[in-house]
Amino acid sequence: MRTALTIARRELGGYFATPVAWVFIVIFLLLQGALTFNLGQFFDRNQADLAPFFEFLPWVFVLLVPAITMRLWAEERRLGTIELLLTLPVGRGAAVVGKFLAAWVFCAIALALTFPFVITVNLLGSPDNGVIAAGYVGALLLAGAFLAIGAAISALTKNQVIAFVLSVAVCFLFAASSFPLVTDFLGRNAPVLVGIAGRLSVFARFDTFTRGVIEARDVIFFASFIGFWLFVNTLVVELRKAD
Amino acid sequence: MSALIEIEGLTKRFGGFTAVDHVSFSVARGEVLGFLGPNGAGKTTTMRMLAGFITPSEGRARIDGHDVQDDALAARRALGFLPEGAPSYPEMTVEGFLRFIASIRGYHGGEASARVEHALGLTALVPVRMQGIDTLSKGFRRRVGLAQALLHDPPVLVLDEPTDGLDPNQKHEVRALITRMAPSKAIVISTHILEEVAAVCTRAIIIAAGRVVADATPAELARQHPSGELEDVFRALTASPAKAA
Repeated sequence: MRTALTIARRELGGYFATPVAWVFIVIFLLLQGALTFNLGQFFDRNQADLAPFFEFLPWVFVLLVPAITMRLWAEERRLGTIELLLTLPVGRGAAVVGKFLAAWVFCAIALALTFPFVITVNLLGSPDNGVIAAGYVGALLLAGAFLAIGAAISALTKNQVIAFVLSVAVCFLFAASSFPLVTDFLGRNAPVLVGIAGRLSVFARFDTFTRGVIEARDVIFFASFIGFWLFVNTLVVELRKAD
Repeated sequence: MSALIEIEGLTKRFGGFTAVDHVSFSVARGEVLGFLGPNGAGKTTTMRMLAGFITPSEGRARIDGHDVQDDALAARRALGFLPEGAPSYPEMTVEGFLRFIASIRGYHGGEASARVEHALGLTALVPVRMQGIDTLSKGFRRRVGLAQALLHDPPVLVLDEPTDGLDPNQKHEVRALITRMAPSKAIVISTHILEEVAAVCTRAIIIAAGRVVADATPAELARQHPSGELEDVFRALTASPAKAA
């Protein structure tokens, strides 16, 4: 566990050592602000809540979270440092968890920097801050789910662009799996999959949180989802380490 | 005393191509083994299998008695490994990088600082300790890789081309360092600089097309050719199997 934390610390330092972190945070906040205030009609709604904020957040995550994870393993492969890292006395699992934790903490920092939204809505009215807090918990879990997908895909390639595009595609798949477009298609062609697709939809789970409900089964869902992808990540690293 | 490095029938196939073909040897404490061969002969693949980075198709390797596959963490604790090209994280400072390695190796607080200082001193990196690795020349980066491998004073050192990219002075220093450390360790260095073998190695193995074609002291090897030159022996041994294949 201690080595996982050492790796996480190094990785997190790596984010902030390059402009990547700052570019990401600025773009994330700008995008989230523009979507919430303009498209989400934050002011015109005349309601003291962060519903428009949480409505667009998942889509921003689909697009931006893979940008956080694309370098995690692809960069190690490109630099050849994967050979160094995997010949140090570090378990594969510890390396995978360490990198994931760094990306997750980074996401948490970006999310925490959206605090002006919370202040604004509290200045303008008296929102239910419990609902907002639940929304943030959901957002962190959703980010974790997408990060775990992105990290596993990053381990497949040494090309960051490929890692990014593939991760966006897979995240989108899990995001859209409860949408009518997808369920109608599955209903016509493979009805058995409709239920499964709905259950795997990370957006539907996230919605529950934004309504202020934290249910154990949703938390367990996200935990197992993240666990599954970290396991896949470990397998990919082990099987393709020297490729 | 049993050998610190034991390799038995190590084989690696990539698809239909056999990169390393039943290589066996062992290295005892006090030995410096020069691992020679033309490019593509299988040196790096053998070293990667020994370091546990590539899973062998066949055979086994042990470091300080620990199997590199079945008892990987213990084997890696006893190993200092300089991978090909001396990779390191470019955005870190030299000291930051070595502190990271120290922490991974289980050193904390004052002990970690002492280890980092010692490694910086051994590889003459003190003047650039606060510099970003991406600003360093190739020779300095190679020494950062070396410092990383030496940090925990391991009983086994496996160095893939440790002097590549160094200027003659730096080469001399690294060779002197290897010679100084030799009595307490088992060291394998790969190189294609033959003078290096004569300078630091107590024994040399030549591999060609994945097979061991010679295993002797540098002096014995040199005697195998009328000219008494290691280079002629190397060419005679490694050119023929390539032609046959």
